[in-house]
Amino acid sequence: MTAKRIGSWAVFILAAVYFLLPLVGTLEFSLRARRGVYSLDAYRNVLGDPQFQQTLAYSLILSVATVVLGVLIVAPTAFWVRLKMPRLRPVVEFITLLPLVIPPIIIVFGYIRLFNTASILPLTGSSRGTDFLLAAGYATLSLPYMYRAIDTGLRAIDVRTLTEAAQSLGAGWVTVLARVILPNIAVAILSGAFLTFAIVIGEYVIAALLNRPAFGPYMVWMGSNRAYEPAALAVIAFGMTWASMAVIQFLARRTRFTKV
Amino acid sequence: MAFIDLTSLGKSFGPTTVVRDFDLALGMGEFVSLLGPSGCGKTTVLRMVAGFETPDSGDIRIEGQSQLRLRANQRQIGMVFQSYALFPNLTVAENVAFGLRVAKTAPAAIARRVEEMLDMVGLAALKARYPYQLSGGQQQRVALARAIAPRPRVLLLDEPLSALDAKIRVALRTEIRTIQRQLGITTLFVTHDQEEALSMSDRIVVMNGGRAEQIGTPVEIYNQPATRFVAGFIGTLNVIEGQVGRDGGAYLDCAGGRLPLPDGFGAQAGERLSVAVRPQSLRPVAVEGDGLRGIVRHVEFMGAFTRLHVACGAMTVLVDCFARDLAATVTVGGPIGLTVATDEVLRLSA
Repeated sequence: MTAKRIGSWAVFILAAVYFLLPLVGTLEFSLRARRGVYSLDAYRNVLGDPQFQQTLAYSLILSVATVVLGVLIVAPTAFWVRLKMPRLRPVVEFITLLPLVIPPIIIVFGYIRLFNTASILPLTGSSRGTDFLLAAGYATLSLPYMYRAIDTGLRAIDVRTLTEAAQSLGAGWVTVLARVILPNIAVAILSGAFLTFAIVIGEYVIAALLNRPAFGPYMVWMGSNRAYEPAALAVIAFGMTWASMAVIQFLARRTRFTKV
Repeated sequence: MAFIDLTSLGKSFGPTTVVRDFDLALGMGEFVSLLGPSGCGKTTVLRMVAGFETPDSGDIRIEGQSQLRLRANQRQIGMVFQSYALFPNLTVAENVAFGLRVAKTAPAAIARRVEEMLDMVGLAALKARYPYQLSGGQQQRVALARAIAPRPRVLLLDEPLSALDAKIRVALRTEIRTIQRQLGITTLFVTHDQEEALSMSDRIVVMNGGRAEQIGTPVEIYNQPATRFVAGFIGTLNVIEGQVGRDGGAYLDCAGGRLPLPDGFGAQAGERLSVAVRPQSLRPVAVEGDGLRGIVRHVEFMGAFTRLHVACGAMTVLVDCFARDLAATVTVGGPIGLTVATDEVLRLSA
């Protein structure tokens, strides 16, 4: 084995230890709920907690709403910018990066000021209205990831020629988007969707300040009130994220119309 | 009234004028090629007809109706692209059915038409395949079937053969022309390949600098090029410059000798003139007598014929001859005489 190969392996092992050690530590701690033996008690407590089920279900529904909202905003925008206004791409990219530098607390206070019960559009006055605000906030937070995922998907296909081919066959803009562009960037949309899902599942600030029963505030509440359950919850959340990644890979490989 | 009428079309992109004062009339069922080098504006003309570009000036009329207010998807114009542009997520049959589905045709009628189209291009057996599972030639056949399926009024072909290899290109151009004749569909074909244009078209429009340099049948374009550009672009050509003289008949006094000019050439004695002679019109002869004289600089075997590079003064003339016409005495570095039949000397206007 050459020195270069040994060096590569050393870096790989170091990185693996750096990433895996905290996970292993959390996993090990989550199994210690029963004194002296390893057990799944913490997992049993978490999974059996009705609040866990309710908050997770709420966040799952909200993540679907966020993905739909995000795709509806981002896909036509990215498509139009690529097709008609390529010069505006850096500007749009900059705008989509803003949620990374503007803290969620600014966004949520903005929402509360704009849409409180005394405003023209009192969205915070009802549960549905506040749910919509929460989905809008999540869509904003996921903008950098969703835009990049979709833009990368669009880069992989010949948007202009496919659009013109569809138009020459009589298709209008909606048909072009729905039947030609979106199906061909489905895997990219999916990867954006799972990143959005990961953000929605863990987000705390917006959900807490809008006082909605989401999974993020539940995890924080659990962390401040229990010992072993938060570790179990962290492992479960991590497992869900990795399962999402596996689904992306699986669906990407199963896409029938592209070479793998 | 012409089926398609393009009048005074003009188009600029920023400061660059791409198409200027472009006029063309196509009869119903006619196959017209726009031929020219890259950047001459031929694709822009096609894209304006398709509705993908808006002309800055002029009008596009189909069956007497101006198309300028219609969007691309309202014009009923089929188009085949250089890069095939098949929808990757759809099978061959679904691609062909796309336009019919958009037009909300009944499912049974769609199935019948798709079968008919795929039979026409000989791909019925591959209808369940995806585009990536087809060769380039097969993909272009599907693109053709897809463009024709909704029965468009006009078919536009944007360099459909240039991404294919030579053998498939030749086979497909015959196929396209046969299908076009069969359906009688008015077709505008863009190409930079003169052989394609000459072999497929009813008429050719040779374009240069955004303008139509010459419009004519392939025979006219080849045998009577109107300008130096057309002459140079269509086939290989020797452009010979000289001064017109008169000694019984008219002749062109040029580097390398005298070139007899046909009667009625319209040239005045003393006038400076450019004429064109195709390499295959020149015949090697003995050095004595009328005609051009030069030195053989290079001999190229081209398969069906042999090409001589002959230096006549400062000018190099290309001569194509079959082996049987080639005098055994032709040697590199040796002298050679060249004659041309007067009716094969072409006058160039610019």
